[in-house]
Amino acid sequence: MVKMTDLPIKGGFSFDLCTRNQMLLEKGLQMPPFRKTGTTIVGLVFQDGVVLGADTRATEGPIVADKNCEKIHFMASNIYCCGAGTAADTEAVTDMVSSQLQLHRYATGRESRVVTALTLLKSHLFSYQGHVSAALILGGVDVTGPHLHTVYPHGSTDTLPFATMGSGSLAAMSVFESKYREGLTREEGIELVAEAICAGIFNDLGSGSNVDVCVITKGQTEYLRNYQLPNPRTYISSKGYSFVKGQTEVLSTKITPIQPKVETVGGDAMEE
Amino acid sequence: MDLDLSAPHSMGTTIIGVTYNGGVVLGADSRTSTGMYVANRASDKITELTDNVYVCRSGSAADTQVISDYVRYFLHQHTIQLGQPATVKVAANLVRLLSYQNKNMLQAGVIVGGWDKYEGGQIYSVPLGGTILRQPFSIGGSGSSYLYGFFDQAWKEDMTHEEAEQLVVKAASLAMARDGASGGVVRTVTINAEGVTRKFYGGDTLPLWHEELEPTNSLLDLLSSSVPEPMST
Repeated sequence: MVKMTDLPIKGGFSFDLCTRNQMLLEKGLQMPPFRKTGTTIVGLVFQDGVVLGADTRATEGPIVADKNCEKIHFMASNIYCCGAGTAADTEAVTDMVSSQLQLHRYATGRESRVVTALTLLKSHLFSYQGHVSAALILGGVDVTGPHLHTVYPHGSTDTLPFATMGSGSLAAMSVFESKYREGLTREEGIELVAEAICAGIFNDLGSGSNVDVCVITKGQTEYLRNYQLPNPRTYISSKGYSFVKGQTEVLSTKITPIQPKVETVGGDAMEE
Repeated sequence: MDLDLSAPHSMGTTIIGVTYNGGVVLGADSRTSTGMYVANRASDKITELTDNVYVCRSGSAADTQVISDYVRYFLHQHTIQLGQPATVKVAANLVRLLSYQNKNMLQAGVIVGGWDKYEGGQIYSVPLGGTILRQPFSIGGSGSSYLYGFFDQAWKEDMTHEEAEQLVVKAASLAMARDGASGGVVRTVTINAEGVTRKFYGGDTLPLWHEELEPTNSLLDLLSSSVPEPMST
């Protein structure tokens, strides 16, 4: 039985439900568990550089919020970062570090290094003690060579030749563990990454839609947006959809004129 | 089986540090776990603080990485100001100060080991809570529970380098066989007057213990070669 609460007379936020929630917690209510956003992100090192891959599904609980979002974020022209976890957190933290890297480039006059991005990310995430829910795969090529790192929400990092993250990470990791070897060519690297992402797309409910790939080599980066589209829309009406005027029944019509403009009389003109 | 992939990374771990006549040998396994999933099966838990001092990390991966980074930075400054390499005691105490003063927020158990010209090879244990204790050998991490008895029996003073290395590798592999949170490969670092030597022992080079099977590429090979024994009570 829902009790009707009156609209607050003064306007603004009503804290009634917050006090109710607090009371329920004290009575022993279990808050609903935090939902992980589904994702499959991967990265691997091949002979000339790194290949990053990601699926393109963004979820809000059980609903697909975005069927074709971009999970491979720009950090620098030679460094890209795949993000899993809370979409707002990954977007914000990669944007922030990307800006910091740009300022650092101006200060040093050099191309950004992957370890710089890594240190900036890990210090930020550690200081927020895991509350910034961003799990990242950072990859790039700089003067010291190709690098691939994973960054976890609590601020720990690992350096690996191949890595997977997100809810689909187990499916993708099984592909890597079977087929990865050192010294892959560019084509082999891209194929393996696409295969691993597909494993996540088809076997993990939190991942889906398309495969994005990003290939970073010395001096050149190729962002292959929607490299594979393994989930096309199957049934599309050949006639198309059209809505003829008069097709919808009008039940009633009410016209409310807009308030007349407020006219000010007198007063001085604004001065600089 | 619920995999909580957002659980903080902990290094279940087995870490070991022993002194021998001439220096120290540090050893560790390579497993980093997130809940029940192995996030990194080949991690390097022995981290450099200075040319002559290394630290074995166990506990929260993030906490120990940050502590190591801070101590490396402080030691670098200290070395510049002092004009000569930092001593192992100073390095261990810097770790201890961070660990003790932030004891409520950190989960870090480390073993600091190194060589300096004043005291030679030294091992300092800095467990949870921030105690500092100099010992001729030290073990830590979840896998160390299985090694107390082993070391009581196998440890002796004034070992040679080869003996110390073999002891560390044997101990690590015993712990990895019994502790679920330890596994992967064994990494060792030897520090003495001559410098630092890193060694790697892959899974197939480690000795097999009670009931452990030979590693095979495929279970199909195992099935075709012999009929497995039925389980006995």
